[in-house]
Amino acid sequence: MDLIAKNLVFAYDKNPVLKIALLEIKAHSKVFVYGPSGCGKSTLLNLCAGVLAINSGELKLLNTEMSLLSSTSRDRFRAQNLGLIFQQFNLLPYLSVMENIMLPSILKKLDGTEKNRLEHRAHDLIKRLGLETFLKRSVMDLSLGQQQRVAQARALLMSPKMIIADEPTSSLDEKNTSEFMNLLLEEWQVSPFTLLFVSHDQRLKKYFDVHLNLEELNEAKV
Amino acid sequence: MKALFRLAFKSLINRKVTSLLCLFSITLSVLLFLSIEKVRKGAREGFMNTIGQTDLLVGAKGSPLQLLLYTVFHLGQAVNNIRYSSFETIKKNPMVDWAVPISLGDSYKGHRVVATNTDFFKHYRFRGDQGLSFAMGKMGIEVFDVVLGASVAKKFQFKLNDKIVVSHGLGDIGGGNTHAKTPFRIVGILNQTQTPVDQSVYITLEGMEAIHVGWENGMAPSDETQIDYTKVDLKPKQITSFFLRCESRIMLLRLRYQINQFPDEPLMASVPALALQELWATMSVMENVLFLVSVMVLLVGMLGVVIALYSSLEQRRREMAILRSIGMSVGQMFFLLVLESFFLTLLGAILGLLGVYALLYFMGPIFESYFSVMLEITKPSLEEWTFLLLVVGMGVLFAIIPAFAAYKKSLADGLTVKS
Repeated sequence: MDLIAKNLVFAYDKNPVLKIALLEIKAHSKVFVYGPSGCGKSTLLNLCAGVLAINSGELKLLNTEMSLLSSTSRDRFRAQNLGLIFQQFNLLPYLSVMENIMLPSILKKLDGTEKNRLEHRAHDLIKRLGLETFLKRSVMDLSLGQQQRVAQARALLMSPKMIIADEPTSSLDEKNTSEFMNLLLEEWQVSPFTLLFVSHDQRLKKYFDVHLNLEELNEAKV
Repeated sequence: MKALFRLAFKSLINRKVTSLLCLFSITLSVLLFLSIEKVRKGAREGFMNTIGQTDLLVGAKGSPLQLLLYTVFHLGQAVNNIRYSSFETIKKNPMVDWAVPISLGDSYKGHRVVATNTDFFKHYRFRGDQGLSFAMGKMGIEVFDVVLGASVAKKFQFKLNDKIVVSHGLGDIGGGNTHAKTPFRIVGILNQTQTPVDQSVYITLEGMEAIHVGWENGMAPSDETQIDYTKVDLKPKQITSFFLRCESRIMLLRLRYQINQFPDEPLMASVPALALQELWATMSVMENVLFLVSVMVLLVGMLGVVIALYSSLEQRRREMAILRSIGMSVGQMFFLLVLESFFLTLLGAILGLLGVYALLYFMGPIFESYFSVMLEITKPSLEEWTFLLLVVGMGVLFAIIPAFAAYKKSLADGLTVKS
């Protein structure tokens, strides 16, 4: 199991916004999380990413109990194990495409060979995502579809065990969306990871093997 | 760590306009602070160094401050003169290294006429051990020779051998009260000193006697009176005061005591450095106000940094969210913001310092000739280094406020910016 939530409760103040009795996700599952806005999707993602901490219960990610970690340990956990993709504005405008992809490496102390390996991997990802010609360009020159692919490459760079994506295709057209999905699943084929994919676009369900209706799962009355 | 520095730098460059304005504000306030301090110090130094190497000023009994004012700054008048014979007696005292007499009373178009002898040019010292030097000509020896201070010569555009007529008394009364019959020939022009010397006109003691022959009743002699100056006894009878240097500093107090107890007439000896200090203390209010102004200027500049950082936070929320998503901790983000302020203030401090030197180089001479305040180009003093360090430290300290706000915001935003 890559994710186990038991009696999980999270509240910003007194009223809980997320309450999950039990949720178990097997390793390398591709999970489609859906539900209307306000049903706690963002909260769940922030909890899994370790940016927020649960109030009570258990949340075990990749065999690590998140509620036992300090906030900096959760940050380190995120850097080591997770890859994140957002809806948009994933990229730092003042960095080149390559620098944006290599961004996760700045938090690591890397020796020469490791750095070489990562650069190699970045180049590899860029090639597979069809972004070679944009390598040194500013990310501002990219289309939305290309920007999301760069974000994908960055999320994949450190070969994370889990990818968390928050509506990464909602600002893309149909062609770009399917391109994005196909590339993501190709990567999954190469080296599988657990995928938590939040979206309200039901058409995307076909790409996933687990469908999670968060509105049903969440017992908190919002 | 290096990568983190690079990231902060690139982010800063990305916000060119805000960063540049911010940098400009710090640079300007550092520049202003350092310049005002330079001027303040320059003014004090210039003032304190108006006279050097002189151990005692000797004049008629009265206030030491007054003695300093009329002897060194040529301000105001002596209540009483002293006998030339007293001067000669004291000069012969074995404790005395040298003594230079001066006699005041006349003026040339608002500038003091100082009667003295050649020893004045030999022994007068200012700014530590700097002596007088001639831009043109030489010391006056003849009765009607005159030497001009640099400013006087410049103001009236005099050349050597030009003739000038001095006025009786201090006011530019004109009319009959000029020594029209006894014009002086310019034999020397002194170099700039930034002291009252520049503003004065130097004649010989004999010259002073000569122009007053026939003035015994305080009025100009009638036109018919013809005087043959070669036949008149021009040995000075009275002087206003004199400068004196001891053979050794150890004797200073004893000599001062002896002069103060001088049997022939009431005399007073005063240590110029002490009187200068006393005088400066009365002006210290101005100095403090100046200092306060420069501190305010600096605070305003630093406030600019805080405001700039604060206002940049809103547009940087996404940037923060991205950095958080790759695993950056809020602590590291805090560090990043403080680092940015550190960059800006450090650069501002360096640019400000360089600016001061540029200003000194280009404006120093102009400032010097207008305000007589000497601004020397020297290496930054320990005090200035401390100040610059303090500025950078303050930049870091002040950045903590917006950095903390960013920290809170980032905690609330998490990874998804709700705008």
